[in-house]
Amino acid sequence: MSALLSLRGVSKRFGGLTAVNRMDFDVTEHEVLGLIGPNGSGKSTTLNLISGAFPATAGTISLRGQPITHLPAQDIARRGIARTFQLVRLLPSMTVLENVKAGAVFGHRRHWGHEAEAIANTMLEKVGLAGRSQMMVGQLTYIDTKRVELARVLAGEPRIVLLDEWLAGLNPTELEEGIRLIRSLRDEGRTIILVEHVMDAIRSLCDRCVVMAAGAKIAEGTPTDVLSDPAVIRAYLGDDDA
Amino acid sequence: MTALSSRDWGNLALCTLALIAAACLPWTAGAYSLTIGVTIAMYTVLATSWALFSGPTHYISLATAAFFGVGAYVTGIGIQHLPYWALLPIAGVMGALMAALVGLATLRLSGVYFVIFTLGLAEFVRQIITWGQNVSGTKGIYVLTSITEVHIYWQLLGLAAVVLLLGWLIGRSRLGFALRIIGDDEAVAKHSGIDTARAKILLFMVPGAMASITGAILAPRYVYIEPSLAFTPMLSFQVVIMALLGGTGRLWGPLVGVIPFTFLWEAISASFPNQTTLLLGLCFLVIVYLLPKGFVGLIDAARKRMNNAEGFA
Amino acid sequence: MDVIVTGLLLGGTYALIAMGLNLQYGMARIMNLANGEMLVAGGFVAFWFWTGSQVSPLLTVFLVAPVAFLFNWLIYIIFLRPLVKRAKSRGQLEVDAILTTFGLSFVAVGLMLAFFGGDYFSYSYLSTPVNILGDTYGANRVTAFLSAVIICGALWLWLARSRAGMTIRAISVAPDSARLVGIDVRKTAALAFALGGAVTATGGALISTFLTLDASTGVIFTLKALVIVIMGGVGDVRGTIVAAVLLGMLETFVARVIDPGLTLAAAYLLFVIILLWRPQGLFGRPTT
Repeated sequence: MSALLSLRGVSKRFGGLTAVNRMDFDVTEHEVLGLIGPNGSGKSTTLNLISGAFPATAGTISLRGQPITHLPAQDIARRGIARTFQLVRLLPSMTVLENVKAGAVFGHRRHWGHEAEAIANTMLEKVGLAGRSQMMVGQLTYIDTKRVELARVLAGEPRIVLLDEWLAGLNPTELEEGIRLIRSLRDEGRTIILVEHVMDAIRSLCDRCVVMAAGAKIAEGTPTDVLSDPAVIRAYLGDDDA
Repeated sequence: MTALSSRDWGNLALCTLALIAAACLPWTAGAYSLTIGVTIAMYTVLATSWALFSGPTHYISLATAAFFGVGAYVTGIGIQHLPYWALLPIAGVMGALMAALVGLATLRLSGVYFVIFTLGLAEFVRQIITWGQNVSGTKGIYVLTSITEVHIYWQLLGLAAVVLLLGWLIGRSRLGFALRIIGDDEAVAKHSGIDTARAKILLFMVPGAMASITGAILAPRYVYIEPSLAFTPMLSFQVVIMALLGGTGRLWGPLVGVIPFTFLWEAISASFPNQTTLLLGLCFLVIVYLLPKGFVGLIDAARKRMNNAEGFA
Repeated sequence: MDVIVTGLLLGGTYALIAMGLNLQYGMARIMNLANGEMLVAGGFVAFWFWTGSQVSPLLTVFLVAPVAFLFNWLIYIIFLRPLVKRAKSRGQLEVDAILTTFGLSFVAVGLMLAFFGGDYFSYSYLSTPVNILGDTYGANRVTAFLSAVIICGALWLWLARSRAGMTIRAISVAPDSARLVGIDVRKTAALAFALGGAVTATGGALISTFLTLDASTGVIFTLKALVIVIMGGVGDVRGTIVAAVLLGMLETFVARVIDPGLTLAAAYLLFVIILLWRPQGLFGRPTT
């Protein structure tokens, strides 16, 4: 199976700090990959490098063999990599529908007019927000803002979806709904990279996990394998508890 | 492009009627009113096109005087060699090109750089032209044409209609939608696949072209053009104030600022000619502290209150 | 040689003015476009004291600085702090600050026009020639330069060594973390803003000894100071000084060799080159 997205030797340095150090991994089509690790291990930075939020210091990121390492964020989005943000980012002056339409109009596949609106409505239905399309985003509950952001991402019909701690901050009921929603995306055969702390979600959603610590990859494999790996346990809990 | 609703047709008809009424001014009013009419039409073009760009992007452009002056010089120099009708498009293209260059240099950077860059631009072009004149030994340029005040008025009115139509079309286009997204959150815009720099540059070309054409239309009125007249920095500031006073949230917002400000300005400069600078300063402060969304904001708030009151009744 | 020395002398005074703006923009995070009017006001006071009662501008400075400090502190408290409070983002504060300080700048010009009229003002102070390396220069330029060097040096030491200086630099680098270590960011920002105004007014008093000013020249100096601050790097004292000297030399060179009417155009061109080539300033690190 050839890789849809692959990272080779990708590093990011901020001044003297190496936030991401020589990361290598592949994502194949229809796969859900979990990117996990303790706080500050460089997961979100890796996601930011893939989405082009800032450029990598070294290494290559390629989409279907085409290098995208030095492309600006908008070109990466257009080639089919769409993301959510760690802290939800919606467009405050617009309605829920318009927020989602933004994805349909400017994303990987571009639509306009009624077509874009129809796609936006379909996506809102998919994330469970049908009937709320005319609300302003300021009126939404926390999980609903996350749903709108996800719908905006999906509306661009991306090849790869990057979810940056999409389940963080949800209460137990919302968490269940959230996991169900992501599972439905997985069942549609979407390719997803998931940065996540919620272990239940990782176990039930991910085909494979890449574990990071201090900016480097320390393990890779199925969730069950990596979560019982002594190196991973050490990274999460510290040496004393291992 | 989506089809027009009946409300759109209604608004369009209303605007056409207003335009026809405004076009009749030369027959219904005296010479003084016509002068005021020219001023209002001119600032409507300048402030509305300014707001098209600065409203959604929040970049404050002070380049109006630079574009205006370049347009005036296109007429001044070109009138001796080319027919008048060819000059307006040339001025428009030059203004748009200049705006594109300014945009390429600054629009990727923070807003402060853009303000300084545009503030300096008019002064830069003025010094270069003055220097060029010193070197070549010429002073000002005489623009002698048979164009009268009424012709200028009608041309500006036509241009104002073009700006409003253009603004309306942009608002309905992908570009307009992209700009609203950029205005809300630039990071989201980029990650949604919008080339934000390209969108901003394209849009900045609109006020560039329009201010330049305005300068070209008004040049015959001055008869004698010299750099300090064509590139007066006051013009840039007045445009900013009128647009913000009216409000940049709506297409017609600047118009609501242009009309009262023109009368206020006329009154102040007639009775206290030395205090216009002070007035300009006070207007800036009023906008920031009392009218952050302009008159449009006041009108919207009043409407909302009325709707709420009806809802309770 | 002659151009270099004249440029250096001018650059030294520019450094002082730009330092004032840098304290306000780099540290207090307010882009003060009324900065040039503060300079003109400082020059006015020096002019008034000299022509009225023959008080040396070098003494007037000791009056101008504290008054300007107090005045700028009041401006910050009355006009700018409410904006800082209501701003939802850095961008919104930037736009509000630009509009407000433009407003204040116009009000200042209007008031100065009303009180002093629109005439140019200049006076003759220490206009005796001084010989440096075989060429002669006005003693007033040399004195202004030396005073500027002393004040810049003192300011630099104060920022680098003293506790208060450290606090100011802390809020410029990381306002949020500064709050966490117990720095009163609001008070320190007001202090930096006031100090910046005082420095600029002092620069104005010094520059008035050898340049002709009028009520509406402020904006030219604001532009020059902005070019210097951006070229040197926002919040960077060393960069400001280097950039000011560079600008001083460039202007002197252009005025001598091409045309005195092109000095601002030259400064602007320099600004464009910096924007295209190193928008983070001469010594700044690229940021992401």
